[in-house]
Amino acid sequence: MSNINRRLRKERIAKILMQASGIIITGSLFFIIGTILYKGLPYLSLDMITKTPQGGFYIGKEGGILNAILGSLYLAGLSTFLATLIGIPICLYLNIYSKKGSRISRFSKLVFDVLFGIPSIVYGAIAFSIMVWLGVRASLIGGVITITLLTIPIVVRTIDELIQTIPTDLNHVTTSLGATRWESAKVLLTYIKPGLFTAILLAFGRAIGDVAGVLLTTGFSDNIPVYLDEPTATLPLAIFFQLSSPIPEVQGRAYASALILTFIILFIVICTQYLASRQKKHKV
Amino acid sequence: MYAIPSIETEKTQSIIHQVNPHIQIKDLNVYVEDQHILKNINLEIPNNCITSIIGPSGCGKTTLLKTLNRLLDDSTEVKVTGSVLVNGEDIYGPDAEVTHIRKKMGLLSQKPFPLPMSIFDNIAYGPKIHGNRDKKSLQAIVERQLKNVGLWEEVKDRLDSSASKLSIGQQQRLCLARGLAVEPEIILGDESTSALDPISTQVIENLLIQLKQDYTIVLVTHILRQARRVSDYILFLYNGEVVEFGRSEDILLNPQNEITQQYVKGFIS
Repeated sequence: MSNINRRLRKERIAKILMQASGIIITGSLFFIIGTILYKGLPYLSLDMITKTPQGGFYIGKEGGILNAILGSLYLAGLSTFLATLIGIPICLYLNIYSKKGSRISRFSKLVFDVLFGIPSIVYGAIAFSIMVWLGVRASLIGGVITITLLTIPIVVRTIDELIQTIPTDLNHVTTSLGATRWESAKVLLTYIKPGLFTAILLAFGRAIGDVAGVLLTTGFSDNIPVYLDEPTATLPLAIFFQLSSPIPEVQGRAYASALILTFIILFIVICTQYLASRQKKHKV
Repeated sequence: MYAIPSIETEKTQSIIHQVNPHIQIKDLNVYVEDQHILKNINLEIPNNCITSIIGPSGCGKTTLLKTLNRLLDDSTEVKVTGSVLVNGEDIYGPDAEVTHIRKKMGLLSQKPFPLPMSIFDNIAYGPKIHGNRDKKSLQAIVERQLKNVGLWEEVKDRLDSSASKLSIGQQQRLCLARGLAVEPEIILGDESTSALDPISTQVIENLLIQLKQDYTIVLVTHILRQARRVSDYILFLYNGEVVEFGRSEDILLNPQNEITQQYVKGFIS
């Protein structure tokens, strides 16, 4: 009897712990959104998202952060695109072309685990030293290269996890129908399509929110970038600069910028989930 | 009842002379990670018959089946020696082209695994990758193969809906139709009914019996009663070795080897 009581007590403790973690996580999300809404909403104006900084913007005068919004979207969009373009073939090679558990696939997975864990400032520093050596100034392309390197491991790791969940039967089915590896790979991609969007989203989220990687490589500019070799403003850096200002008006705008960044990410999450749910039609 | 041949080898020899072998296995050895899984297999699988591979778990039944369409190729640390001749052509030979070999053999796996596409596309997938782009011809193939497995009447109005919405039994028939659509010569079944209910099992078994007119069928099964119901020939594998091979009634009713006797009587499983 005492045994069953002890087991039930453990059951209750486990349940309380799980509920507590749930509350902490959702609580912090609401706290973050609440804070930026409370501090940022009064400063959010149409000017903020339609204008670039005018003279005196950083001391509380006219202008907006359109330069940083577009800069971040260009940077994150391009990097995610490139990372996906490079990451998917790597995953297909590791899972379909190379033999399961072979030395090269195990070694590559270790490499991506290590790359996954390297802080973005290290990528930034390395990219910066290469740029100095090449005589290239801080620019959009510098940022894109750095952030692409940063997001490739994310894309590879997430897609690899996805592929691991697929039964080997899928490969057996296609190969036993006489499919080549490439044809099998195409079926595999259709199979993981809904999850693919999540992988791309994760990479985009990391790319748009990264500060350290762009700090040294992308620079900052009040103008909207037109060419790849121009310095480019990014939202996280715009938030950082405004927040360091002693002027309350500018600090308030920093929270408004944070609000914009959060909404961009929220918008992309919703779009991704919608696309993913539409793709589930033929999921087994 | 049955005439007992004096020695086993003599009996095996007599079978080989009677039938027309479709698959000839010569001195086949398979090693997986230094373990000797299949030991010196010599075998002739007859044309247009159902041959069942029986034996206890882990005796190498599935490995032997996978050797036949080179599905083991994708695993590391697998070593295959010896030869497997299909219509006299060595599929492990230097000139053998693996996708071509696999096209000749339809595989029906343990659990039905529809591809993530519609019913129509599941069947049309094989012909499409082999170059058939003609819509009318694809439609004809889909209809013919679905009729072949008795699924046409059940699905003809929803060919565009997802294959995963079918019942498990229907899915397995779909997988069989998908395999037949690439016009194989041989059907390999790896415990193909183990995930099915008794009625679906019966449907699949009856289908296989009908199909043997046009195909050579090799089944792996761990159900002796199934082997009795469907097979013309039975191969008993034990510890990766061929213990006995012969006509189904001979193996089941009158096994020559002591281990076969014990397995058939249910003392080992």
